[in-house]
Amino acid sequence: MWENALRFLSLQDPNVRYVLFGSILLAGTTGVLGTFAYLRKRSLVGDAVAHAALPGVCLAFLLFQSKEPYILLIGALVAGGLATFCIDAIRRWTFLKEDAAIALVLTVFFGAGIVLLTHIQGSGNASQAGLDKFLFGQAASLMSRDVWILGGLSIVLCAAVYYAFKEFKLVSFDPDFARAIGMPCGLLESFLTALTVAAIAVGLQMVGVVMMAALLITPAAAARQWTENLPKMAILAGGIGAASGGIGAFTSALAPRMPTGPWMVVALTGFFVASLLFAPRRGVLARAWRLFSTRAQVAEENLITTLYRLDEDLGNGTNFWKPSAIVERRSIAMFQLVRILKRLRGYGYVERADSGWRLTPQGSQYAERIVRRHRLWELYLTEELQLPPDKVHRDAEEIEHWISQAQEEELENLLAQPRLDPHARRIPRRRKEHPGSA
Amino acid sequence: MSFTFWILVTACLAGATCGLIGSFLLLRRMVMMGDAISHAVLPGIVVGYLWSHTREPWVMLVGAGVFGLITAWFTELIQRNSRVEPGAALGVVFTFLFAVGVILVSLFAGRIDLDADCVLYGEIAYVPWDLWIVGETSLGPRAVWMLGGSLVINLAVVLFFYKELKVCAFDPEFSESIGISTRRYHYLLMTATSLSTVAAFESVGAILVVAMLVIPAAVAALLTRTLPGLLIGAIAVGCACAVAGYALATWWDSSISGSMAVAGGMFFLAAVLFSPQRGILLRRFQSIAESPDLPAHP
Repeated sequence: MWENALRFLSLQDPNVRYVLFGSILLAGTTGVLGTFAYLRKRSLVGDAVAHAALPGVCLAFLLFQSKEPYILLIGALVAGGLATFCIDAIRRWTFLKEDAAIALVLTVFFGAGIVLLTHIQGSGNASQAGLDKFLFGQAASLMSRDVWILGGLSIVLCAAVYYAFKEFKLVSFDPDFARAIGMPCGLLESFLTALTVAAIAVGLQMVGVVMMAALLITPAAAARQWTENLPKMAILAGGIGAASGGIGAFTSALAPRMPTGPWMVVALTGFFVASLLFAPRRGVLARAWRLFSTRAQVAEENLITTLYRLDEDLGNGTNFWKPSAIVERRSIAMFQLVRILKRLRGYGYVERADSGWRLTPQGSQYAERIVRRHRLWELYLTEELQLPPDKVHRDAEEIEHWISQAQEEELENLLAQPRLDPHARRIPRRRKEHPGSA
Repeated sequence: MSFTFWILVTACLAGATCGLIGSFLLLRRMVMMGDAISHAVLPGIVVGYLWSHTREPWVMLVGAGVFGLITAWFTELIQRNSRVEPGAALGVVFTFLFAVGVILVSLFAGRIDLDADCVLYGEIAYVPWDLWIVGETSLGPRAVWMLGGSLVINLAVVLFFYKELKVCAFDPEFSESIGISTRRYHYLLMTATSLSTVAAFESVGAILVVAMLVIPAAVAALLTRTLPGLLIGAIAVGCACAVAGYALATWWDSSISGSMAVAGGMFFLAAVLFSPQRGILLRRFQSIAESPDLPAHP
């Protein structure tokens, strides 16, 4: 295994070089192309086009009686283009939806391909062997010519995306508007389709039909998790594709008869799962952490305001409160209460003595801010929305954590600097000397 | 005669069972799920084979069925926990599972007598020879029993949960609001899809399964406006595809399942053009015929 790894990394063997560069170029190109398909919500069209290549290849073989790759490639291109056209036509002329159109075209084209293939095989044509390899893919059969085609394709793609970036962007996000301002939408879409079909036709020989669909879909879906910006997404998708291409080529070189395409797809899916979990804003973990920290903050703020209200209502001189007294006010499990209190002491909002817990000056300032917002909101609901005073507490209890400084000032101005809330409690004044502290 | 007879019976059963389920998939816009499941079962078959060390069909059937459900479950998991586009989520899941299957096949190539093409592109022409033999008596082709069984189960499911499936297919929000869990019936439908797919593809090939899931339902949907019409029509069109495809295959000496898909494509084209209510040609004629009746411009 180690000899194989070393042999691969030294890049001495031309075959290894072709497989490596071919895989990287193919997956990188399809990553970028897949970005536009993904944004137009047409990810699965690639699957249908990949299947549709089979009848094209067979027909080209039947017509020209030749296995010359260029001829088969042209057959695949024509059939792929026709398949895309049929999907659009079904969507436009019938009430059937995208998924049905894709499945219809996929099965009928592939079925026709199987018919042609078996007919060719049945007619005992000696040179037919290898036509199905075109479909199921063999990276090892890659030759320098294929790598050059892939290289040319990726250069055309990069140049086109670079020079017509604005147009591609608009067609991806708002085709109706693009059409309305007179952009050649049909032309741009045909161009993207042609490039996609070409990449699929070349890639089929390397990785096979199903893996080809993955190369178009997965990099874009992974990249989308990290960014909201189209150029970044396209570059990232290309990068993820290229990296997976490299990983797939390397893994398949480690053992004999290891397929390249499936390992590329496994690597791609690894990137996808990692993106789902770890992406900074959309990722599952990031969202779980946001939820967790928001909950913690709400619990802390609720506890601080509870202490403040205890001071206000029952002010016992020292303002130290035992946990049992706090629990009477706000129903919360004792162990949680103590945990939150300790956390608040860490922030310097409460302090502890033998007789219990009390707010520090800093803590009571924080509490005043929350209580002020709570009571302003109650007043707003009764004054402006004419709600009865006994119905407003619950709403204010939820929104008190989310009112911003600016909204607070706006409420104050709207309500003409009020002093009392609907329950005749004092609305704490803002302290001018420490604006927005804590 | 019996060769033709068994092949036609098998294909009609596949057309009926897939057409029935395919109609609901079409209404719920999840037709590609059939394509995905028929690919994603590959690792299930390999694992079932490695585990049991036999080609006993029931083991592989269970393995495949489990992976069919895993496909549906993973796709739902991704959709629920992220904002990945539904089609892409499905694409990621089934290509991954298929890739794992291919890798497993090549890892254990020495120990198992399987290859991806033969599993996925099973040929209906061999059905009449793969008999189910109990003791000394032959009970007819195994595929007929498997497909017949899945047709009976699917029919029972559809008849028993007809109302629920109908409301979930046409108005999921309403069905939630009256306490019918769309999720439960989604998984019921997915189980039925896995069952039909798995029962069918081993004998008739994955491509025919997907064809029979989508084409009969799409053709019937172009010809009718009611759900019973759609279901019965899909079963009928499924059988018609089977018969026409078989004729095509004998005439041109080619793959039977491929020909059935092609025959289905022709039916679809005919329906798109000539359907009495929704056909393109008829609508065009109507618009020509009606235009003189329009009030003249003042």
